[in-house]
Amino acid sequence: MNRPGRTLRGLAASRRVVIGASLLVLLFLLAFAGPYLAPWGWEDTDFTAFREPPSTRHWFGTTQSGRDVFALTLRGMQKSLVIGLLVAVLSTALAALVGMVAGYLGGWPDRLLMWGVDLLLVLPAFLVVAVLAPSLGGGWPLLVLLLAAFLWMITARVVRAMTISLREREYVLAARFGGASTPWIIRRHILPHLASLLIVDAGLNVSVAIMAESGLSYFGFGVQPPDISLGTLIADGHGTATAYPWLSGFAAGLLVLTVLAVNLLGDGLRDLLDPTLEKGTP
Amino acid sequence: MAGFLLRRLVNYAVLVVLAASLSYLLAASALKPRANLEDRNPRPPAAVVDAELNRLNLNDRTPLAERYRVWAAGVLRGDFGRTLQGEPVNDELWRRLWVSVRLLTFGTVLGCVLGVLLGAYAAVRRDRPSDRIITAGSYLLLSTPIFVLAVLLQIGAQKVNDTTGLQVFEWVGETAPGSSEGTFGPLGGLGDRLRHLLLPTAAVALAQLALYSRYQRGMMLDVLNADFVRTARAKGLRHRDALLRHGLRTALIPMTTYFAYTFGLLLLGGMFLEEIFGWHGMGEWLVESIIRGDVNAVAAVNCCAAAAVLLAGLVSDVLYGVLDPRVRTSGTTWTARTGRS
Repeated sequence: MNRPGRTLRGLAASRRVVIGASLLVLLFLLAFAGPYLAPWGWEDTDFTAFREPPSTRHWFGTTQSGRDVFALTLRGMQKSLVIGLLVAVLSTALAALVGMVAGYLGGWPDRLLMWGVDLLLVLPAFLVVAVLAPSLGGGWPLLVLLLAAFLWMITARVVRAMTISLREREYVLAARFGGASTPWIIRRHILPHLASLLIVDAGLNVSVAIMAESGLSYFGFGVQPPDISLGTLIADGHGTATAYPWLSGFAAGLLVLTVLAVNLLGDGLRDLLDPTLEKGTP
Repeated sequence: MAGFLLRRLVNYAVLVVLAASLSYLLAASALKPRANLEDRNPRPPAAVVDAELNRLNLNDRTPLAERYRVWAAGVLRGDFGRTLQGEPVNDELWRRLWVSVRLLTFGTVLGCVLGVLLGAYAAVRRDRPSDRIITAGSYLLLSTPIFVLAVLLQIGAQKVNDTTGLQVFEWVGETAPGSSEGTFGPLGGLGDRLRHLLLPTAAVALAQLALYSRYQRGMMLDVLNADFVRTARAKGLRHRDALLRHGLRTALIPMTTYFAYTFGLLLLGGMFLEEIFGWHGMGEWLVESIIRGDVNAVAAVNCCAAAAVLLAGLVSDVLYGVLDPRVRTSGTTWTARTGRS
């Protein structure tokens, strides 16, 4: 591949990053600053407007019980974004920790950790989360922990494989023979090499987590009332979506936009940061 | 090859047993069938509830290990026990399994084939408008949860029905009652079934297509500039033939891996479609059973799902072996290839 083609492709990737990032910033602004602009709070009830279509008074219309859909949607979006971010950070951190420790130490810690990974991969994730999330009564923080617990295994394997190859590099050996401690070597010599992989993984996990949360909430296994998320809003409106599309349409649209923004950002970053991708397509 | 497949089969069998046991233990310890029986109207006396729970092997006062032993012994005989209503789980399981198969088969096949073709086409036309459109479309589809996609299809279908004034599309259930007794007889019934299949099939196909076209485009790009495709061109093969015979075929090999990997996603998507389109399949049953606390039904559905996913893994191994002779000696599998185990 000639240089211009490569830089063009790099340009396309960075354009995706810019579009995704700016879209995401806008969505965050909408979710967290939007409620201050709205005339109605998410708990307010307007007894003069039941199931009204969008108007200047209620920007996204009202629900059957007279609640403002704009305020509800933003409230749900806040929760979905927070859950998505927390799950992604937690699961990627766990993947990095387990993968690096297993790969660097080898031997029985490696076997033990990888056995745990295999076990979690075999567990029916949907069943575990669906059964445990509502019955343990921990609310949405528990849901975050459960979702994070099922998203880290494959990344951990990739991290482990990369760590094993990094372990044999000269500078790592030099540090080890120089008497550096294991945590220090992992922090200073292994982690920096994995940073791009982990950033991209965390980014893509955000979209997976948001989708998983809304899917679970759709069946009533995710976020429980009085909390609301984009998933619960879509589920509430789904039976009447053809007749009263505003009840869930805005929530669905914002969900798609959020996931799209995260995917663009994550994929673009991967193409920018991953040098091997260009090697595959010379 | 046979030895390799046998090894995989044993490995998968162990995993299925493990997954099934874990789901039973989880369901049996976390779900509350007792609450369901006690809430019946009129409220039955405690002794009756206990007797009924004992009969169904659902009593939470029996030690978990004992209940597991009874359940596992039953499963070994091919009997998944009884539902909370006292019906055999097996009958319901078979009925619902076929509903799910009918719901998903067409869409899956269509989605795979179209996705591979679109992805390959996009790779060949790299950076041209057609590639851009396909890529943008697949991005948008990948970002759309299947329950949003299904509702969008329903809204679109409603619009078509309204403007044409005909019931072109149907989206509730598998078939309308009495459709076989019309002027066309059983043929009308078949037509009605197909009409009910249109929207769910479109939803499955679109979701699968988006995934497969992304994968296939990436694979194909890797292969297009490979030496063997250039050699094929150099020895005089037409561009098209070189791409199809050497490029596409090689790029298909890794796709067998993704087939196994995305199969679990497909089953999960099927749950939403059954709920939205009102098909009484396995996914709907699982959700209902979790809510009701029907331990045996939940365990049976999960057993089937685990078996189906690992069967897909086995199919993927076979296809991989057929397409790529190297695998027969090295023994790599889809699980090793995707980093699963």
